[in-house]
Amino acid sequence: MDLRSIAEILEESRSTGLPFWEVILHYDMDERQVSREESMAKMLITWQAMQDAADAYTGTRRSVSGLVGGDGMRMRQYQLRGKSLCGGYVGDVMAEALSMAESNACMRRIVAAPTAGACGVLPAVLLPLTRYAELTQRQILEAFYVASGVGVVIARNAGISGAAGGCQAEIGTASAMAAAALVQLRGGTDQMIAHAVAIALANLMGLVCDPVAGLVEIPCVKRNVIGAMNAVSAADMALAGIESKIPVDEVIEAMGEVGRHMPVEYRETAQGGLANTPTGRAVKEKLLGSNSSAK
Amino acid sequence: MELFDILGPIMIGPSSSHTAGAARIGKISRILLGEKPVEAKVHLHGSFAETGIGHGTNLAIIGGLLGMNPDDLRIPFAFEEAEKEGLRFCFDTVELRDVHPNTAVLELTGEKGGHLTIQACSIGGGAIEVTALDGYEVSFTGNYNTLVIRNQDEFGTLAGVTTILSQFHINVGNMSLHRNKRGGDALMIIETDQHIKPSQVAFLGELPGIRAITYYDKEDEEYGFTLHR
Ligand code: SF4
Repeated sequence: MDLRSIAEILEESRSTGLPFWEVILHYDMDERQVSREESMAKMLITWQAMQDAADAYTGTRRSVSGLVGGDGMRMRQYQLRGKSLCGGYVGDVMAEALSMAESNACMRRIVAAPTAGACGVLPAVLLPLTRYAELTQRQILEAFYVASGVGVVIARNAGISGAAGGCQAEIGTASAMAAAALVQLRGGTDQMIAHAVAIALANLMGLVCDPVAGLVEIPCVKRNVIGAMNAVSAADMALAGIESKIPVDEVIEAMGEVGRHMPVEYRETAQGGLANTPTGRAVKEKLLGSNSSAK
Repeated sequence: MELFDILGPIMIGPSSSHTAGAARIGKISRILLGEKPVEAKVHLHGSFAETGIGHGTNLAIIGGLLGMNPDDLRIPFAFEEAEKEGLRFCFDTVELRDVHPNTAVLELTGEKGGHLTIQACSIGGGAIEVTALDGYEVSFTGNYNTLVIRNQDEFGTLAGVTTILSQFHINVGNMSLHRNKRGGDALMIIETDQHIKPSQVAFLGELPGIRAITYYDKEDEEYGFTLHR
């Protein structure tokens, strides 16, 4: 079992009778030559680190450039005033995505998932859910296996770095992983997991990587919000029985193809898109100026 | 590919390549120096030079030199920690040829007076590669237990080392030899699957022709050390 495709996982699950998450667990045991307990212990440490990261957020820190910080707290306060259009769980998801992504930009400790830039997406959908639904730790770990297995398949077949495939590969993959985790936690079938991944990826396809001044700040922090919201909607669609007409493995292939054809300006080089706007360029000038004076 | 390459690393933000990888470069440099560094000249190349300050690359490298791991909460305050620890440092930018865009060169001096010049690059996801040591072109990642052996380039030294390793039941994963001129100084890099005990490293250090031996342990980075003859 090598996690080459989602179809392979589904097939393995069918033939062995193991649930989706356990197929991934076995992959980890094989790959790292560890016991079931050791694997789950490491997954638990990862979950703990995510919760700690969320708890450490205060909204007071600013990024090195000074451009990012405080928006997670702003969103949280707005949500508490009860005025949010989304409200409830989805409102909390937005606040959490902003907070975690800001924590990353402000040099706090985070868990890359699958990258540091996209670290807010998965915790953003999971952490609030623990407040809205009764979830055991075991269920959460199962969802983590599902999410990381999906991430491995995408990394293998399409890539997960902004430099290789644009933001669709980073935020898109994070979103697909989060959607898969949500379907798992809501008791969806293996097929539903596959459809949620396909829908999440398809709906962010083509997203470019255009970080202002080359920093993981603008637009990255807010892109974590769309990644998380997209995950919630993809999961809900899949759980409602809506199917992706294009099979998930073909969607992953397509995402890889789009990434390969993406001009280099839109792959983390900070030469196109938002980075190349007059304001984006001005930010860069200013930072480069302060860089040389700091030397 | 491991699951925890996807869900992880647990790290200080904002960038796995520019921050987490930079901290690992600092840390492996400290271990390979083999003593507490008191002076560091850091030269940043390419993307490290352009966006390094915005990504805290400088803080992460100094943090690593102080022994911090990529998830150490003190990384944002590494400069203050350096002052406390008596590490003097300076940064500048360089343009190197034919190297990875995220490359740093560190010139280090240790408290016992040892020197090390190391060139390393951050290749993505927090992974790194050491590409030069004291002028020798090398290539290793720190993903294995690694022996760095400085020896006299003379007959039998290599055979001696590999024989002893096999007697210790230590499997050599990769190895490479580097030398400046025939019969002069040479450098041996050996990556092993198994953990090597301090007593075993010391035993290797007693072999004829070996001038110094540094051991980097992937599991327990604190455990790296250097023996000089
Ligand atoms: S814009 Fe680029 S750097 Fe920012 S989150 Fe997206 S892929 Fe990462």
